[in-house]
Amino acid sequence: MKFGVVVFPGTWSDVDCFHVIKDCLDQDVEYIWHKDTDLSKFDCIILPGGFSYGDYLRCGAIAKFSPVMESIKEFSEKGKAIIGICNGFQILCESGILPGVLIRNRDLKFRCEMTNLLVQNTDTVFTNRCDLDQVIQVPISHGEGNYFVDNDTLNELEKNNQILFSYSSSIGEVSEINNPNGSVMNIAGIVNQKGNVLGMMPHPERVCDPILGGTDGLKIFGSILDHFSDSVSF
Amino acid sequence: MRFDEQTLKNLSLTQYEYDLLVEKLGREPNYIELGLFGSLWSEHCGYQHSKPLLKKFQSDNPKLLVSAGEENAGVVDIGDGDAIVFKIESHNHPSAIEPYEGAATGVGGIVRDIFAMGARPVALLNSLRFGPIHVERNKYLFDGVVSGISNYGNCLGIPNIGGEIYFSDSYTGNPLVNAMCIGVLKIEELVKSSSGPAGNLLLLVGSGTGKDGIHGASGLASNTFDEEQELRPTVQVGNPFLEKILIESCLEVVASGRVDGLQDLGAAGLTSASVECAANGNMGFEIDVSLIPRRESGMEAYEVMLSETQERMLFSISPENLDYVCSIFEKWDINHDVIGKVTSREYATILENGKLIADVPINILTDAPLYTLEGVESRDIIKARETSLENIPLPQESQMRVFFKLLSSANIASREYVYTQYDHQVQTNTVIPPGGDASLIRIKGTQKALAASTDGNSRFSYLDPYIGAKIAVAEACRNISCTGAEPIAITNCLNFGNPQKPEVYYQLDKSVSGISDMSLEFNAPVISGNVSLYNETQDSAIFPTPVIGAVGLLQNVENHCGSAFENQNDLVFLLGTNTIDLNLEYFAGSEFLELIHNKIEGSPEINIALEIILQKTCRELIASNLLNSCHDCSEGGLAIAIAESAILGNKGFVANFELNERWDSALFGEKQSRVVISFHPSNLDEILSICNRFSLPFFELGKVSSNRFKMSEFIDLNIEEISNVWKTTLLNELN
Amino acid sequence: MKVKIFISLKPTVSDPQGTTIKGALHKLGFNMVNDVRAGKFIELDIEDGEESDIRLQVSEMCQKLLSNPIIEDFEFELEK
Repeated sequence: MKFGVVVFPGTWSDVDCFHVIKDCLDQDVEYIWHKDTDLSKFDCIILPGGFSYGDYLRCGAIAKFSPVMESIKEFSEKGKAIIGICNGFQILCESGILPGVLIRNRDLKFRCEMTNLLVQNTDTVFTNRCDLDQVIQVPISHGEGNYFVDNDTLNELEKNNQILFSYSSSIGEVSEINNPNGSVMNIAGIVNQKGNVLGMMPHPERVCDPILGGTDGLKIFGSILDHFSDSVSF
Repeated sequence: MRFDEQTLKNLSLTQYEYDLLVEKLGREPNYIELGLFGSLWSEHCGYQHSKPLLKKFQSDNPKLLVSAGEENAGVVDIGDGDAIVFKIESHNHPSAIEPYEGAATGVGGIVRDIFAMGARPVALLNSLRFGPIHVERNKYLFDGVVSGISNYGNCLGIPNIGGEIYFSDSYTGNPLVNAMCIGVLKIEELVKSSSGPAGNLLLLVGSGTGKDGIHGASGLASNTFDEEQELRPTVQVGNPFLEKILIESCLEVVASGRVDGLQDLGAAGLTSASVECAANGNMGFEIDVSLIPRRESGMEAYEVMLSETQERMLFSISPENLDYVCSIFEKWDINHDVIGKVTSREYATILENGKLIADVPINILTDAPLYTLEGVESRDIIKARETSLENIPLPQESQMRVFFKLLSSANIASREYVYTQYDHQVQTNTVIPPGGDASLIRIKGTQKALAASTDGNSRFSYLDPYIGAKIAVAEACRNISCTGAEPIAITNCLNFGNPQKPEVYYQLDKSVSGISDMSLEFNAPVISGNVSLYNETQDSAIFPTPVIGAVGLLQNVENHCGSAFENQNDLVFLLGTNTIDLNLEYFAGSEFLELIHNKIEGSPEINIALEIILQKTCRELIASNLLNSCHDCSEGGLAIAIAESAILGNKGFVANFELNERWDSALFGEKQSRVVISFHPSNLDEILSICNRFSLPFFELGKVSSNRFKMSEFIDLNIEEISNVWKTTLLNELN
Repeated sequence: MKVKIFISLKPTVSDPQGTTIKGALHKLGFNMVNDVRAGKFIELDIEDGEESDIRLQVSEMCQKLLSNPIIEDFEFELEK
């Protein structure tokens, strides 16, 4: 399968994601410049972290007008896999591909630290390698990761099992004390209704190599591979 | 004379200097030309007081591809076609005025220094000093500086992997903000800040030029803080997004191999960049200021030449490469304009709409008058140093209370609150994160890793600037050796008061000698540096603060070691001494002495031969995979070093040593050249045989336990209690 | 013509910045401050034209880019 990693001006996790796909998973991967629009050769697209356009105005607010975003929208409508990490998640929300919005952290400080994530749905492209209610460790690194959504949409998310990851304790307790940024219901990552677009604030690409102190990120990227290797047969 | 005293004073030129330039020029300068001299003959660009001293640094070393002074930074060969560059630089004065922007633009400036050489910036560090944290103004400065570094640095995607923070009365009103950046490059992609041949085009890339920061070089860095309150408009505002685009586009242009010269615009803006480029290439230049894009209307040529607008780079490009290079900047949507050309006539020639407005020989501009002064040591300091500490009484308070006081001292408590605001993981290379001795980053595609640390204990430097500087180098290198890496080179930031005062000049002189001598001992050449003088408020200078940034190379990243205890029942040993009993003189300049007895006295010492074998032994033990932790004993002494290893590993410790009646010196004395290690008991024989081979003394301290932390009969708690105190102090102070 | 745009958080959205500012004001002794909401102020310099048309266009700018309707409200003033 072929991965694409989108590069906006100001993106910086592009290189990290590219490295994981190519060197840790041994898969085919290419960068996609934000002015490109032809995505036909890709099976999965990653919108990586960073500060696209400096996060000026609002995170992702300017990036959503990059030419590539129209194609990303079509890509998602076709049911193909998209994963937005950190700034990528913010861009997906701003573009309306995912519901909600990410606002400033509750304590107004940037936070870079390890978080525990409770996996709440394993029946997706992105989590089939995880066990239900398993806790995985993935670091966050953001100043605006406080997920906000209105109550109706929140109910909808819950009903459809769209909440994949919630910040929790090491044994899976989801409580205010384990909420690093003030997100509604400790939400760390969600999928769209179809389940083919994932947005998450934590950085799985940072925990794919034992020497960096963790490999739980491989569960997410590996799930995508498993999904595609299963579906390759059709 | 065409200019009055006030005009000269505004440019920080003396009457002597004015007369000298008229003599060299053979005529009176016009106003623009005078501005060029004011900037380039400043301490900031011309190093008038420090250059004669900096010659002490040994500049030739076989490891260096480019030596210090030739370029922005020396370049160290690390094998396999790779090289590294690094540099530390101060932004003290701007941060004192506007902490957020001052610190942010400090990061921006040092990063440009590194990628200007064609290197990919791979790590940032920051060495910060403030007045006491309980003072409201210092809190404001601290918070502003940390947010400035966080917001600017995080936006660039460069991990901020460490540094240090100290609080001391001496920095009240004059905080120190020193930023360090490390870059990695392929040797063949090294770019010099040279003009290239005559006929080359000068391409200015990045931000539009505004009125910000005019006279920053001559003004901010040459005046003391009190004069500066008036200078607020000279503070620049950073645009980290633009800097990020500059990094990517410039490195893409560099990789194309079509660049003859590249220089960042720092102090004195375009003036200093273009003159340095021309001087390095033995050429001249011709710039037409009307071709320089402006951010503001109504700017005079003088302002355009001296503006310190951030996020700008100057390229020298051969005309046939222009289209190709421009296409890269167009791809990145970044401004780029040809503003002039390189000439064989070695003059700085400035035009406005084709009309000549300044014309000065390059060699006069770069030949700032240098001053060698006589230093005299302050009598008060001699007295403080020569005070014997033999009569320091045992503290009235209990062991436990003193231990907690040290543990919760703002100088010792955990910096987690700060470094979690910095992205220290981006680029996915951070093997040892901040929080321990040195941090470690791997170099992808190789087995290698780089360790980095900054250090500078200003109490030691105050008491004895020569020994204090030596200890700073030793400790920065010791931090590196504790990870298993070998120190390969150092950079230094010399933060001092007004050098025209003999006592300050003495400190500067002795500090440079100490750094120079110690860098030879470690075979770690000084590859770059920066001098920040005039750090004074109300006529009182800061403590002399030479900050050392050290970088080490680890050949095999798998064999690294952290500071945290790992396993219950591991043995804990102290290396570098065969006893924990210390003579009271080892309280010299210690955190204990200031905190408990309110004294900064005594004579700091270091045994260089011991230090060197200690570090060699640590590296060998780690390379042989024998250790589970290795942690330097520094501020707060043995008790704090053990506590930190325990807290970081979330493990306990049970001592099996006895304290004599002077428990205070045993636990908190700051004897140099000591390291706390822990290891599996089965490695004991091999470890002791290596220590014996190096004739390194050692002492058995105890065992790692699961939870109990027992240092003595009186300090017996569980790890959560001490961990909580250590981790929350800074946070509580700030909220 | 100058357009002054004020963007504020919707009343239902929590505003940590506003809360922090309120805390700081109280610390300084301004206890009469009951609540603080922080927003954004954006000033545009635009070509003169028909006022109704300009209002329409600025409104569109706000909806498309300058504000996020999920969390923010906007209002603006025209200044000749």
